[in-house]
Amino acid sequence: MAYVAVKGGERAITNAHNLLAEDRRGDVSIPEIDSEQIREQLSLAVDRVMAEGSCYDRDLAALAVKQSRGDIGEAIFLLRAYRTTLARFGVSEAINTREMRVERRVSAAFKDIPGGQVLGPTFDYTHRLLDFQLMANGETPLDRTELDDEHLPEQLPNIEDVFAHEDLLEHEVAAANENETDPFDLTREPMSFPADRDQRLQSLARGDEGFLLSLAYSTQRGWGGTHPLCGEIRMGDVDVEFIPEELGFPIAIGQITVTECQMISNSRSIGEEPPRYARGYGLTFGHNERKTMSMAIVDRALKNRPAEGEKPEFAAHDEEFVLYHCDNVEASGFVQHLKLPHYVDFQASLQFVRKQREEWAERQAAKEAAE
Amino acid sequence: MTQAQTQSANAGPGLADYNFAYLDEQTKRMIRRAILKAVAIPGYQVPFGSREMPVPYGWGTGGIQITASLIGPNDVFKCIDQGADDTTNAVSIRRFFAKVGGVSTTEHTGDASIIQSRHRIPEKPLVEGQILVFQVPQPEPLRNLEARETETRAMHAYEEYGLQYVKLYENISNFGRIAATAGYPVMVDDRYVMSPSPIPKFDNPKLHNSPALHLFGAGREKRIYAVPPFTKVESLGFEDYPFEVQSWDEVCGLCGAKHSYMDEVVLDDDNNRMFVCSDSDYCAERRAQGHVGPHAGHELSEIADDVSNETQEVMA
Repeated sequence: MAYVAVKGGERAITNAHNLLAEDRRGDVSIPEIDSEQIREQLSLAVDRVMAEGSCYDRDLAALAVKQSRGDIGEAIFLLRAYRTTLARFGVSEAINTREMRVERRVSAAFKDIPGGQVLGPTFDYTHRLLDFQLMANGETPLDRTELDDEHLPEQLPNIEDVFAHEDLLEHEVAAANENETDPFDLTREPMSFPADRDQRLQSLARGDEGFLLSLAYSTQRGWGGTHPLCGEIRMGDVDVEFIPEELGFPIAIGQITVTECQMISNSRSIGEEPPRYARGYGLTFGHNERKTMSMAIVDRALKNRPAEGEKPEFAAHDEEFVLYHCDNVEASGFVQHLKLPHYVDFQASLQFVRKQREEWAERQAAKEAAE
Repeated sequence: MTQAQTQSANAGPGLADYNFAYLDEQTKRMIRRAILKAVAIPGYQVPFGSREMPVPYGWGTGGIQITASLIGPNDVFKCIDQGADDTTNAVSIRRFFAKVGGVSTTEHTGDASIIQSRHRIPEKPLVEGQILVFQVPQPEPLRNLEARETETRAMHAYEEYGLQYVKLYENISNFGRIAATAGYPVMVDDRYVMSPSPIPKFDNPKLHNSPALHLFGAGREKRIYAVPPFTKVESLGFEDYPFEVQSWDEVCGLCGAKHSYMDEVVLDDDNNRMFVCSDSDYCAERRAQGHVGPHAGHELSEIADDVSNETQEVMA
């Protein structure tokens, strides 16, 4: 009976959760997956959960993937809900990606750039053929990766350095208050508009990969195009430094893997300045090129801020549209809240429609009587 | 803080690491400040640093944060969804506070000091000292008229509500009446147009000059607003098309109430229905007083009683 279904008791909830745990475990004759296995072998899922969960912890992200049965959105939510309870010690120094220990670095702008193109671990150029051996034997014998005798230089210049001689790239202007205050913290302050760059980049870095991917794609298909070109994408480890008050100088407190992308796009001249390429910036935790590139394109698109009083022409240019809707924890919660009972509002709406129908029937009857 | 830490020891297994009522004291303080501002400017939406909660956005995160920042060990907490204490999400939120705060809970409107609600105001008039906390999906009453927050904030600032009245006028010319049935906009203290949250318009008059404090929390949209006790709250309307509330020809099948908000219950495939009070506590109280409706003794009343006993056992 319908009424019973929505009147759920304590027992029903507990039983549903037990059933969920059972389903998560699956067939018990098959060994349970270990969150360490997830951390090592589903590492890109772990990376995505860390990036959108905005919490760099491979073990917790792996646990979240396990607990959520591989539902990445749910895993991100789990990690965020944990993160929000953590104490905050302060704000780290800005990471320096020039000093990244690079594992992968490619530029589409130049055939060769100082430091060279480094392919690293990538799906690019693989043939997407299912490898049935992975299923049959559990493991494909690994061909040992050949190591080059030559080491990569300690520092690889980034695209900014490459262009520096000619001053071809737009200068990133620091916010007026950048050195005085801590950066905007989206997890502590509500969004405000017009959004400063720190708020925008934070929001995009936490934003849903799929949403940003589609938005970036829409600009490429002509919905607000900026003709982006991948100046550089690099992935590797960087140190995180923190200045404890009692020391007064920075100490490295750990290292994290990040992916960074600098998109360059059609030149524009601002005021009396010479023409330069505009830039879009993307950065995520872990190895996540699809997301990082999308983020960079959307960041660039958002620089096309309409003049005061003008409305943006395309979705990707619309700051309120992009920033308010890119968070998948917010979006997923609100879309799915429609599962909650709404019978009070529905009853109100039913009354309205019935009344309208009554009046419609009266009008029809009157019309027929007249004919 | 020390008091909070002592409390957290009672929070239950696995939750010892969390503070009393889940949120840390600094966060509670930030939320209380937002609440104070909201009370000082009735109907104005105060932005606040809404936290990520362990329940999804859209499922009561705003209400839960308000409750968490106000509740103390001596409070008695009631939680309803669609007017009923035994709906799944209400049970879940009540469990949450019983777990992280060890606070006593009740289903009786009269016994509660804090009532968290989704979509209803209890039938029993609230009294001085009670706090009603609303879960709000969309705090902005003008959102469906203007999608941009930058615009709607300016409209409130300039008290520019012409668009809202035009919308109501269009309703009348299209449907012969104002179409809003739930979340019907109100004017608070002659200054701010406010969304009362998706309560049926039947409940709107209860806000006017109520002795209780009404707090509205929108977690996802990061806004808090308030209707303080004894504040003028007027539902929008026109002289020739005044605001009016819903009424039913039927009475409550279980308790015979004539003037409460009704849920419609489909009984079978033959289009047989009965109407029952949406406020389950109000209905149960009336039945206990001996009121009977045409469907008295229907299995529904037994189910309602079963569930509430079960809930109380677990709470105890």
